Amino acid sequence: MTIKDTVISAKSKWAEGTGPDIDVVISSRIRLARNLKDYPFPHFMSEEQADQILQGVRTAVLQDEAVEKTGRPEFILLSELTATERQILVEKHLISPHHIKDPVNRAVVLAADESVSIMVNEEDHLRIQCLLPGLQLEEAWNLANETDDILENKLDYSFCEKKGYLTSCPTNVGTGLRASVMLHLPCMVMTKQVGKVVAAIAQLGLAVRGYYGEGTEAYGNIFQVSNQVTMGHTEEEIVKNLLTVTRRIAAQERATREKVYKDNQSVLEDRIFRSYGVMSHARVMTSQEALKNISNIRLGVELGVLKNINFAQINELIILTRPAFLIQKAGKDLNADERDLLRAEIIREKITITAR
Amino acid sequence: MICEKCQKRPAAVHVTKIINGKKTETNLCDICAQEDSAAFGEPKWMLHNIFADLFNQPAAGSPSIPEKREGTIQCEHCGFTDVQFSQVGKLGCPKCYEVFENKLEPVLRRIHGNPGHTGKIPKRTGGTIGLRKEIEELKLKLKAVVGSEEYEKAAEIRDKIRGLEKKLG
Repeated sequence: MTIKDTVISAKSKWAEGTGPDIDVVISSRIRLARNLKDYPFPHFMSEEQADQILQGVRTAVLQDEAVEKTGRPEFILLSELTATERQILVEKHLISPHHIKDPVNRAVVLAADESVSIMVNEEDHLRIQCLLPGLQLEEAWNLANETDDILENKLDYSFCEKKGYLTSCPTNVGTGLRASVMLHLPCMVMTKQVGKVVAAIAQLGLAVRGYYGEGTEAYGNIFQVSNQVTMGHTEEEIVKNLLTVTRRIAAQERATREKVYKDNQSVLEDRIFRSYGVMSHARVMTSQEALKNISNIRLGVELGVLKNINFAQINELIILTRPAFLIQKAGKDLNADERDLLRAEIIREKITITAR
Repeated sequence: MICEKCQKRPAAVHVTKIINGKKTETNLCDICAQEDSAAFGEPKWMLHNIFADLFNQPAAGSPSIPEKREGTIQCEHCGFTDVQFSQVGKLGCPKCYEVFENKLEPVLRRIHGNPGHTGKIPKRTGGTIGLRKEIEELKLKLKAVVGSEEYEKAAEIRDKIRGLEKKLG
């Protein structure tokens, strides 16, 4: 995929919908923060220095070895994209919202299949991110680690024996590693177990937050779990810790689904098919309502109640119905009401499943 | 009402910010609100402030945190000061970690519990650090095998250590 494809296609490696524990774990992410020696951190450097970093990284990612590993990566200056295109990269989880706040002197490097993306001049000079579908934290770490080695061949990292990789913010110093998983936990939300998980997990140096929505509200029952501590443990330990905890949460969600379905089969099926009905016929749908209905459809697929629809299609629906994607599709600016109309239309089109 | 930022789309989110007791109110459309994630109270932003506070903690008994104190520390490499750190919660350059070491130590301990990197060492930029760590690990192993009287293994490990030490020069 080239950047032009990336911003018009809802497809991405992480959204393929296949992989271990895909019935609970939507995707796994590894992010490494790296900085170059002898340069101030991005928030404190001059335009000239920012430009030197961009040039250095461009050279490093376009070297033969990197090209071979990531399948012809593309180096894109954010200033060359429109605001909508930049927002789409955020909606596809390829770059952070922070990265597009001020697009000047910033870039992103994308691997052909979007499994690797590198933010340049975000909070740190380099943020190497690997994003894979399902529970594949070790695989994502290996990919990030190899990408890191290839870049380090050409770039002088700032590293200190005692404190490890030096980062702009002390919350990332040490390994510079943030590992995270995106989880779909509808039945743990239904049975009000998520609060307990949040409390238990905090003691293990991990944090849980709702992926969509603000504060404690998690639209679409999608949560992100990630490590908070980045120093004092090896990368393998951090990854293993999150992997173990994620497996436990997934087992708990599965057991809860089974129990809820057994005890309230008709109620749960009604909820799923109601959402299916709304999505097949509604004319106006807000983003929040779409996330709620998509979550019910996903649960239907996870329980085997809904056939003929797969996780890839569900992930695609989420991406397609985000605000910037809708604007891109319409080819013009849309206000919230216009977006709700187009969103409903796209969902109707895509929901071509046949009920049991 | 029209979004105050893009001046195009209708405002859908009303944002109230209270910073240092000063209240500001803005009306944004949902796209601009999403972009302005600070308006959503980005958790990291809060975190920055929390350990900026830690960094600035006055000694017990002292009344309050003065805005500008005597003896501000400044990084000679990039010009960043400890006052700036306590405002933004970020450092100016990699060298700042040495310059502000004493003040940073308690912050790092609070965040990470165990200050001290035990993870990956970059192959090229890491210089001899990786080599030295490898020797240290082998020496521990050597002690263990000597303890369990596995002398053949011990000889093997000793040769390995000698080889690595030669590389170190």
